[in-house]
Amino acid sequence: MATATGHDSRRSFQRVNEIIETHGRDPVHLISILQEVQNEYRYLPQEILNYIATAMNISPSRVFGVATFYENFSLEPKGKYVIRICDGTACHVKNSTGLLNMLTRKLGLKEGQRTTGDLLFTLETVSCLGACGLAPVMVINEEVHGKVTPEKAEQIIDEIIKKERSQND
Amino acid sequence: MKTLKINGREVAFSDEKNLLEVIRKAGIQLPTFCYHSELSTYGACRMCLVEDKKGNLIAACCTPPREGMEIKTHTLRLLKQRKMTLELLLAAHDRECTTCYKNSDCKLRKLAHDMGIEEIRFGRKEKRLPVDDSSPAIIRNPNKCILCGDCVRMCEEVQGIGVIGFAYRGARATVTPAFNKKLSEVDCVDCGQCSSVCPTGAIVVKPHIEKVWQALNDDSKVVIAQIAPAVRVAFGEAFGLKAGESTEYLIVSALKAMGFDKVFDTCLAADLTVMEEVREFMERLDRGENLPLFTSCCPAWVKFVEFNYPSFLDNLSTCRSPQQMFGSFIKNYYAGEVGLSRDNVFVVSIMPCTAKKAEAAREEFAVDGNPDVDAVLTTQELIRMVREAGIVFEELKEESFDMPFGFATGGGIIFGATGGVTEAVVRMLDGGHKRFKEVRGNEGLKEAAVLKDGREIKVAVVHGLKNARELLEMIKQGKAKYDLVEVMACPGGCVGGAGQPVPADAGIREKRAKGLYILDNRMQLGRADENPMVRMLYEKWLGSPGSEVSHKYLHTHYRSRRRIEGTDIKFGGQQGKVNVKICIGTSCYLKGSYDIFKAVDRKIKERNLEDKVSLEATFCLENCTSSPAVEVNGNIVENADAERIERLIDQLL
Repeated sequence: MATATGHDSRRSFQRVNEIIETHGRDPVHLISILQEVQNEYRYLPQEILNYIATAMNISPSRVFGVATFYENFSLEPKGKYVIRICDGTACHVKNSTGLLNMLTRKLGLKEGQRTTGDLLFTLETVSCLGACGLAPVMVINEEVHGKVTPEKAEQIIDEIIKKERSQND
Repeated sequence: MKTLKINGREVAFSDEKNLLEVIRKAGIQLPTFCYHSELSTYGACRMCLVEDKKGNLIAACCTPPREGMEIKTHTLRLLKQRKMTLELLLAAHDRECTTCYKNSDCKLRKLAHDMGIEEIRFGRKEKRLPVDDSSPAIIRNPNKCILCGDCVRMCEEVQGIGVIGFAYRGARATVTPAFNKKLSEVDCVDCGQCSSVCPTGAIVVKPHIEKVWQALNDDSKVVIAQIAPAVRVAFGEAFGLKAGESTEYLIVSALKAMGFDKVFDTCLAADLTVMEEVREFMERLDRGENLPLFTSCCPAWVKFVEFNYPSFLDNLSTCRSPQQMFGSFIKNYYAGEVGLSRDNVFVVSIMPCTAKKAEAAREEFAVDGNPDVDAVLTTQELIRMVREAGIVFEELKEESFDMPFGFATGGGIIFGATGGVTEAVVRMLDGGHKRFKEVRGNEGLKEAAVLKDGREIKVAVVHGLKNARELLEMIKQGKAKYDLVEVMACPGGCVGGAGQPVPADAGIREKRAKGLYILDNRMQLGRADENPMVRMLYEKWLGSPGSEVSHKYLHTHYRSRRRIEGTDIKFGGQQGKVNVKICIGTSCYLKGSYDIFKAVDRKIKERNLEDKVSLEATFCLENCTSSPAVEVNGNIVENADAERIERLIDQLL
């Protein structure tokens, strides 16, 4: 994970160059390159997008267009824990909205805000995770939680916060 | 000959690239927003839908014509469909038509009227996006955008820049510069071609009309106008004249009626430009330096080089453009001659161009904050002012230009068409009145050769910045070699400028250019050095072409510019004893600055210098002429290589 320390972001920047080299500079590879760069930084920093445009000899506006078209790309830094709430039909009828509202309140997110100020959590919705039998579904990073009630979700979040605090102490 | 049926009537066709062209040739003006014959086909606006025999609705612009096709263009279904689409477009559109700059030229407004849309059943968009008026040349109002993409394709396909693009999607889709930056923060060259293809008021020219009215009503100001060559062959289009009909004497008359004190001719300044540029060219030719010489009359092209090809900055002619030469000799010479101060003279240019507004605002062209050219009106703005003043065009009596700066040769007049500058220069080299047909016409790249003192001089003429980019790449790779290159940013040269009346398609541009060549034919004097007023300027003020006075007042300098603001890559490492910043902007990147970055980073790691040396990548040190550039402790190292930087770090440690 990229952190604010000089060395890691320098390493990430070198990774960007490796990624571009591996794929080649044909603009058809732009999406794959952006995906890998996002894996490196967890989001797409503006200056890196500009750099990619320079290296691939396409206009920055084009790269920006592609990066904003797909929901999966983020131009904002994401939190250490990315919470995805499924809002597909099955989850929706099983009260995914209630879950979402609770988490928004719990994390203190304002309208349009997705990531907490301390960069610990990012809250997103997804359309369908293909696990409708477990509705409503919540995924935190790679971990799937099924049949989540607002109470259960709050418990999970509290545990994470507790774990993070103890690590920092 | 192949045929197809349109509304039951047989229509012949041959090589038309799509059904829409066939239908339009058959005399049916199917509406479109997103179709321009000079741009790629996009098929987004759905206005050109037609119905085939099977009842399918197909977009005519995206369908090749086929033998035996039977289509209809205004079935009930089609009429309903088109109205619905239009209604949806209007629902998302900021419909403040009465106060919209584009009102009379707006395709959306016209179509809504033609199709009898009287009610819009859908709610308005609530969220308003900010208007961007940061550019000196154009204003972008995304609330009026219908997402036809004409501007995006114009910028990308014809100008080869791609300043604006589509971003986001669905209801949030919008046209914007990268990272939602303002136009003034990105590599926009102000050519304004986006505004000339925009069917609505989403991109318009930034008007200077109010400034000019203020000056005209200020008794302390002597207001002096200059009229660019291309304006005179397009102005009449707004008043029912044909494209190419010359109207300079009517324009003089209209300006006088509005209260201008003097009306002069930019073509004279063009003659002066030729004098200076020929001198500069001969000097470079003798020394074999900085060739090819690039013309510098077009400010959009100049900015394009500053942004994208700083290594060619020394190839640009140092001559100011005719507009700026005019402003300079009016404020620095003429004002004094007639007993006025700079502040009391107000110079207004009437230009076919939006980039001229940005050029006039460049700080090099001002003395103590007082610009040489105070306001720039486009042809369109002049037309508006004429109407605003209630001047009846048909009643205007021709009036001649004022003296001493109202006389030009044919060479100055043809500056308005692509190839014109070259032809005027060649006449000087040649010493005659050569009609240099090789550089006339609409080809993207025109090449020719002339003999001067037994030496073959190779010239190239390009218009449209994409063509210019291709030519620069060829020159860079050594695949092409020229002595003189003329570049105009707009297709067709200034006659196709974004300040001209719309439409300005290929056919109309050619007619305007033809109008200029007819004027040239009428002139007895066709060569810049024959202009008695230009001679007078040299005798009384400048001395000779290339003199010290000329250099001070008629020449300029250029600088490299960052393509995009605020995009440094910071690594946040601690500031150490040695701080290294490596430029990874376009120019430096292409010359291997990343290799330097890698080498320095390796060195830091291998020798554990993390606390002592900080490393940063920056997007531009604005030193592109001697790239790659690296900044070490605040000092810029030009033409850097890894070894040199490593040595320098060692020394400092």
